[in-house]
Amino acid sequence: MRNAVIISQTDNVAVAVEPVSAGALLTWITPDQTEHSVTAVTDIPIYHKFAVRDIAKGEKIVKYGEHIGEAGADIRAGEHVHIHNVVSVREKLV
Amino acid sequence: MTFSGYRRPDGRVGVRNHVLVLPASVCASDVTDKIARRVEGAVSFHNQVGCSQVPADEVWTMDVLSGYAANPNVYGTVVVSLGCENCQMDRVVAAIREKTNKPLRQVIIQEVGGTLKAEALGVQYAEELAQEAAQQEREEFPLSELILGTECGGSDPTSGLAANPLIGEICDRLVDADATAILSETTEFIGAEHILARRAINKEVRDRILFIIQRYEESLARVGELVRNGNPSPGNIAGGITTLEEKSLGCIHKGGHRDIQAVYDYARPVDKKGLVIMDTPGNDPSSIAGMVAGGAQVIIFSSGRGTPTGHPLVPVIKITGNRETWLKMRDNTDFDASPVIYGPQSLAEITDDLFGILMETVNGKKTRAEELGFVETAIARVSNYA
Repeated sequence: MRNAVIISQTDNVAVAVEPVSAGALLTWITPDQTEHSVTAVTDIPIYHKFAVRDIAKGEKIVKYGEHIGEAGADIRAGEHVHIHNVVSVREKLV
Repeated sequence: MTFSGYRRPDGRVGVRNHVLVLPASVCASDVTDKIARRVEGAVSFHNQVGCSQVPADEVWTMDVLSGYAANPNVYGTVVVSLGCENCQMDRVVAAIREKTNKPLRQVIIQEVGGTLKAEALGVQYAEELAQEAAQQEREEFPLSELILGTECGGSDPTSGLAANPLIGEICDRLVDADATAILSETTEFIGAEHILARRAINKEVRDRILFIIQRYEESLARVGELVRNGNPSPGNIAGGITTLEEKSLGCIHKGGHRDIQAVYDYARPVDKKGLVIMDTPGNDPSSIAGMVAGGAQVIIFSSGRGTPTGHPLVPVIKITGNRETWLKMRDNTDFDASPVIYGPQSLAEITDDLFGILMETVNGKKTRAEELGFVETAIARVSNYA
């Protein structure tokens, strides 16, 4: 059952569209119409983000195909991604 | 693909055929309201400004008033002024004439001698124009004649997740058909300026994007509002928004993915094809006013909570990604975008559906706000009255 949404193909986070408990399956469909799943390793509140793959500390968090911040810690696939493990970085104007 | 619209003598194409009874100032608004109520096909609205304004505000007011008269959904205009306001009749008429050669009539309340005489003359003029307008028939035009305005308000987490990305898909389709889409609400660009700047077609447009964002941030800072410090708000964070970049991206996604061709000041005429930006406030009625004055014939508006917003001249198609809102706010909402979240249709299929609603609306089907007769609008302001 689809219970998460990812916006862009290149995103490394998706959004839960119902509350999901640790141990339950998170499922989403990427824009290329393929279904993906990962087991939630923490509770994910409704409309909150989780990592769709492992993200190393310092790596960019990507949503809408764009950088929304940097990982402040190593983040596991299926882990809640929010202010506790994301650092807001004001990017340079290129 | 084509749509059916009304050819105007200035070369533009409308999707509605209104007679506008235009109040030059707050002091003429009750009279224009009375006139419009008595004439089928006539519309008006309450202009709350038009006098005692600082120069920057007066520029915006004049641009909205003249832009409304020039909007292609208007067949012709009856301007009503009190007589002593700052937005004097001759100035309003000159500003309209700079933009369009459509039919125009004038009523000055202090000259004709009071409300009742002004109302009678205004009704006579509006009826003459409405009879002419009724003779005109729709013709087929290419999509490239369309200017779509985009707006979001009453947002919730589904806005950035479903409704705004869906509107972005519509913008992409229109831009690919050589039409124009307007991305508005400068307040919501703050934090995503580097992303918008990257999409500018050239350095001039890039610099202009950065300029309007900085100007907006500074104008808010002058009255003690620091956007970067207060955002995302505690409510946003509780709702799952982590950074200002993320919040702003959810908003700007409603413009789609194409390059940005131009940046327009508030309520200035939009003359470029493709995706363009207009510098408007986040406040919905005044942002929509700027785009309509710029020439947009139709608006698509995304709302999480559901809003009543309409416009006297332009159909406002309201969509929501929140399925509870779709059920609760049906009489205010035109399209259910929640399948973007829950399926079963693909984004491309839902885009087809919304594009179909857009075409039906452009071809004459009334939106919910039009059925309800909603005409409220607002003109953006920078300052208190002088």
